[in-house]
Amino acid sequence: MAHLSEASVKKINEICDRYAQERTPLMMILSDIQKEYGYIPLEVQELVSERTGISVAEIYGVVTFYSFFSLNPKGKYVIGCCLGTACYVKGAQQVIDKFSEILGIKPGETTKDGLFTLDALRCIGACGIAPAVSINGKVYPKMSVNAVPAVIEEYKNAEANI
Amino acid sequence: MAKINIKIEGMPYEVEEGLTILEAARECGYEIPSLCAFNHGECSRGSCRVCLVEATGARGLVASCVYPVADGMEITISSPKAAEARRTSVELLLSNHNRDCQECDKNGKCELLHVAKLTGARDNAYVGAKTEVTVDKLTPSIKRDTSKCVLCGRCIERCKNAHGLSVLGFEKRGFKTIVGPAENRSFADSPCILCGQCVSVCPTGALMEVSEIEKVDEAMKEGKYVVVQTAPAVRAALGEEFGMPVGSLVTGKMVAALRRLGFKKVFDTNFGADLTIMEEATELLHRMQNGGTLPMITSCSPGWVNYCEYYYGDLLPHLSSCKSPHEMFGAVLKSYYCEKQGIDPRDMFVVSVMPCTAKKYEKDRPQLQNDGMKDVDAVLTTRELGKLIRRSGIRFDKLPDEEFDNDVVGDYTGAGVIFGVTGGVMEAALRTAIFKVTGKEPEKAELKEVRGFEGVREAEYDLNGAKVKIAVAHGMKNAKVLLDQIRAGKSEYQFIEIMGCPGGCIAGGGQPYVKPCFLPNEDLNILDTYKDKRAAALYAEDESRPYRFSHQNPQIIKLYKDYLGEPNSHKAHELLHTTYAEKVRFN
Repeated sequence: MAHLSEASVKKINEICDRYAQERTPLMMILSDIQKEYGYIPLEVQELVSERTGISVAEIYGVVTFYSFFSLNPKGKYVIGCCLGTACYVKGAQQVIDKFSEILGIKPGETTKDGLFTLDALRCIGACGIAPAVSINGKVYPKMSVNAVPAVIEEYKNAEANI
Repeated sequence: MAKINIKIEGMPYEVEEGLTILEAARECGYEIPSLCAFNHGECSRGSCRVCLVEATGARGLVASCVYPVADGMEITISSPKAAEARRTSVELLLSNHNRDCQECDKNGKCELLHVAKLTGARDNAYVGAKTEVTVDKLTPSIKRDTSKCVLCGRCIERCKNAHGLSVLGFEKRGFKTIVGPAENRSFADSPCILCGQCVSVCPTGALMEVSEIEKVDEAMKEGKYVVVQTAPAVRAALGEEFGMPVGSLVTGKMVAALRRLGFKKVFDTNFGADLTIMEEATELLHRMQNGGTLPMITSCSPGWVNYCEYYYGDLLPHLSSCKSPHEMFGAVLKSYYCEKQGIDPRDMFVVSVMPCTAKKYEKDRPQLQNDGMKDVDAVLTTRELGKLIRRSGIRFDKLPDEEFDNDVVGDYTGAGVIFGVTGGVMEAALRTAIFKVTGKEPEKAELKEVRGFEGVREAEYDLNGAKVKIAVAHGMKNAKVLLDQIRAGKSEYQFIEIMGCPGGCIAGGGQPYVKPCFLPNEDLNILDTYKDKRAAALYAEDESRPYRFSHQNPQIIKLYKDYLGEPNSHKAHELLHTTYAEKVRFN
């Protein structure tokens, strides 16, 4: 836990305490931490373990079970490609492969500049607009392989103009 | 509990409400093939699907280990549909299993192979991808091989139930799921106390002790002067390795076997236990009379010492500085004994047979060496000794009863014997402490208040006017209660005994497996009674000893007179005491 700042420790403890009355608080705690920091490294899991009495192995198990939680920092823009059944039959695999190819990362990885993370999602409930891609909450309906370069450019340009 | 009526295979039975189908069927005389389920639902995830049966009122087949019986339920175990489903479950498990069965250390005690036989599972029924494998052999105590894991979760439950720890957990999901310490680390980089409780419940070869049989073979080949000592709990369980009833006391046959295995001397660790009592009782009285750190806590159990170093580093000053009995004995053997017998201690190789996996780690601790020599060179578990005896063609049941060597050291009292059961060290220490304070031999040896398997036990004794309040705990979950009291400054005790494994060494992580499927002649509830039976064997040996107080051991008296001076002397400290250091949980 040596790497955590005092403020972070305070914040994480505060998140844990929010759910002290819950019978099974772990999911809620981890969810809040994921939203707050974007990832849940082992040091943070240890801190949650100390505060809640839930073992680190159990916490680690939950973090690695749900794809919503991440062990590593995510990029500034998280590209979520839905690979649910409907999206898949509409060509989502080709879409995610194209993102992979252009960004030079595999699903689950983050680009070296920390700008993009590519995630494979299992059905985001937007089957009507399959194949769907969601970037930081913004949804791109009926994506095609050809549209991928322009989407990436959109974010790169936005970054260049900051 | 209310009784309900069910039918199994068309036969009517009355059973208790609330039981699972598996438990109810067992009471009615049926043993449904099952794998992941463990005693009284200690593990009951229904994950392996081996125990599938037909039951009316349920959709499809149900896992009998988790499905409760209901009034009027009709259960069918034998139908081809259920039998084939059970076989398929086993075949699917085998399809993702490393089947090097012949060389697997679990060979002969593998529950997966057992259900494969029962269900008639076919070889290579399903062939496909296998989950990525982790093999961890970094600690000297326990190894983990995920290629043999069936994901039953027994180890996770046991760690949690015994210690409140759950060092192990499920990781990842779906086909990638494995069981391991967080981050799939080695046990060596995790806050695992190496007690081996997980090993004792693992149905397959996924969790095993690290064998040191080869090390002993090497020492024999090199012509070293190889001596062996055995912990008290070993004699109460070794017979089980050879089909004897649980609770058989096999001291004499064990000694005879060890002698035939080529050990130059066969000693009893109880001599070391008696020595520990002399040192520990003196240390306690010294702390009480000189304002030392109290309560003092026993330090015989290496699993407990590891726990304290990982989780209660601030309480390390409470630990007795005494080495554990086999380490004390090792130190005495390589000094006093070698001197007396004219043996070069560098030629001596000390083997300890222990009911414990943590002892394997303990013997490698840098603090447990003198002059660069380890006090103990190799540690074998009770199970490994069983293997060694079988390998040598010795018919254990045909052996005569022989006596331990006690030429210079090795004689032992009843006080040493009971070290093997929770409360035993406390009882033995008090027997001697009462004598030391009052100067009189106590009328009776037994201090029954500290016996039994209650998680935390306490008692109060009058030592010549001074009240001594003591407590005993076993399993870290129970120990935590006492430790938190100390941390909060609210502990009322002067002396606490803590043992790592629930029940003490008799149920240690290195003891013969207690698996009902391999013990057809034992009672159905053997998992509930085996600790009592093994403990009874030790208490019986205690009663049979001519001396039952450590301070009466003539060879201990002579050792102090000729060599050590007195308990806690400078020389005693050099040889018999040790230090501890706080450990980082996740490096």
